[in-house]
Amino acid sequence: MSLRPQFALVDVNNFYVSCERVFRPRLEQRPVVVLSNNDGCVVARSYEVRALGVKMGVPWFQIKDLARRYKIVALSSNYTLYGDMSNRVVHILRGFSPNLEVYSIDESFLALERMQSCYENTILLGKNIRQRIKQWTGLPVCVGIGSTKTLAKLANHLAKKNDVFDGVCDIDQLSLKEANAWMSGLPVDTVWGVGRQLYRRLTAIGIHTVLDLRKASPQYIRNQFGVVLQRTCEELNGVSCLSLEEVAPAQKQIINSRSFGIVVSEIEELREAVAMHVTSAAEKLRRQCLVSAAVCVFIQTNRFQGDRPQHHPSLTIPLLAPSDDTLVLITAALKALDVMYRPHYQYKKAGIILLLLSDKRIEQRALFDNVDSARRSAQLMAVIDAVNRQFGRHTLRSAAMGTQHRWAMRADRRSGRYTTSWDELPVAR
Amino acid sequence: MLCIPIDALETNSLSQQPEPLRALPHQVEIKLLKHRLSAGFPSPAADYAEDGLDLNDYLVRNKPATFMFTVKGQSMVGASIEDGDKVIVDRSIQAQHNDIVVAVVDGDYTIKRLYRNQGKIELHPENSEYHPIIFKEGAELQIWGVVVGVVRRYLMRGA
Repeated sequence: MSLRPQFALVDVNNFYVSCERVFRPRLEQRPVVVLSNNDGCVVARSYEVRALGVKMGVPWFQIKDLARRYKIVALSSNYTLYGDMSNRVVHILRGFSPNLEVYSIDESFLALERMQSCYENTILLGKNIRQRIKQWTGLPVCVGIGSTKTLAKLANHLAKKNDVFDGVCDIDQLSLKEANAWMSGLPVDTVWGVGRQLYRRLTAIGIHTVLDLRKASPQYIRNQFGVVLQRTCEELNGVSCLSLEEVAPAQKQIINSRSFGIVVSEIEELREAVAMHVTSAAEKLRRQCLVSAAVCVFIQTNRFQGDRPQHHPSLTIPLLAPSDDTLVLITAALKALDVMYRPHYQYKKAGIILLLLSDKRIEQRALFDNVDSARRSAQLMAVIDAVNRQFGRHTLRSAAMGTQHRWAMRADRRSGRYTTSWDELPVAR
Repeated sequence: MLCIPIDALETNSLSQQPEPLRALPHQVEIKLLKHRLSAGFPSPAADYAEDGLDLNDYLVRNKPATFMFTVKGQSMVGASIEDGDKVIVDRSIQAQHNDIVVAVVDGDYTIKRLYRNQGKIELHPENSEYHPIIFKEGAELQIWGVVVGVVRRYLMRGA
């Protein structure tokens, strides 16, 4: 028996800000922003801050006056905390449906069609999800439900923006008239997958609202825009084209890069930063049981200071045999850095990309590969990973990473790692 | 616990092996040994092997809803919760009269015993030098979670 597909999209409201508020009740009702790495730009805003007209992505220094006037609290991003809270939400959601796709750090799709018998109706199920996540984690969520992922996403948008839904909207429970009324009130770029460029092209041919796109002929859309938007159009009409991606597709590359807290001219400091990025990327590589066959390194001066001499080189070094060994990858990356580096430039950013990833278990060895050294390497990496798991990141590391890290990123306003560090637990008196 | 590094079993040269890494208890779990020692008599205990005791199992009922707090001050010493203790807080439990709870009072966390009787709601310390926190009628008490356990370390001598 094949059931009609039914999806829910569960999304945490103002995720980063909400995480901070769970552990700092004083932030409740106060305007709060979370800043990007190096405290550069606004990456999350509370409703109070949105109401002040602060846009996503504005540089922090541009709103400092406003912040002083309205007592806006600015926090450095605390990804350790957000990651842990995200895992908790996903854990709870798995209790509602075993078929789940983690779409981003604060959004998950759930397949509901096989769960229908467990719940009286979808609205009650949605309220149940909302209530449980709020009580168990303190985080507020909205739930959108529909017969396609695109409709679930749209329903979530309605639930979030309109109080009448009380945080839960099943778009298929609305009458056609109601649904059309909502859709005619939303610009077409509200639809999942319609970005700024498509928006411009769509409005140029008279498709302004979500309803316009829903009523367009899928064949016409296909001819004009291709199959991707045709699917979107079909999905808006309740034809499910996008299925749940329960297993994340294998990663094609791993990027690690960061701006420096200060500008850096010395090669020693660049080497430390590059070694650190390789170390983190290699950890991710090993966690996914992958090996990399090439390392790309890039360094950049500050593009926003056009009057200063600019230098943005990048270089890719292939490896003799694919590897997940931190030391092998660092050696290759530092070789690339040494080739590119020019003194007297003020570098603002360094990063690395691990390329040509493949499954470690089916790796192909080089003709003159030393099997014994490969085994030793695997054992060494296993020990390093185990030690760092138990005693904290970078406890055991390559000396190339250095210790001073004068260039490390600024996170002056970071709150505690309340759920992952014994020394930073919240305090009760 | 048996402390034979896994490598030693593979190469059969026990005396040449370095000391096992004490930092890595996972590397010396007995469970692993039953497969390696197939040459001799099978261990009569192999079929009964169970994982060791895990404090998480004992203390944590509902993982995604469980959080830890550090206690500051003496207000709960009567309940054997002392300054510096870590308490385990479960948000999924509905607080009842007489439960120890973490509550939010004036924007700060406080740990107290919940007193709820005949319409009165109070937070009682377990120390006669502290006063109960009394909530006026209509005032809202924000309970963050229910305390389900306390852990304390005495010393960290040795490995």
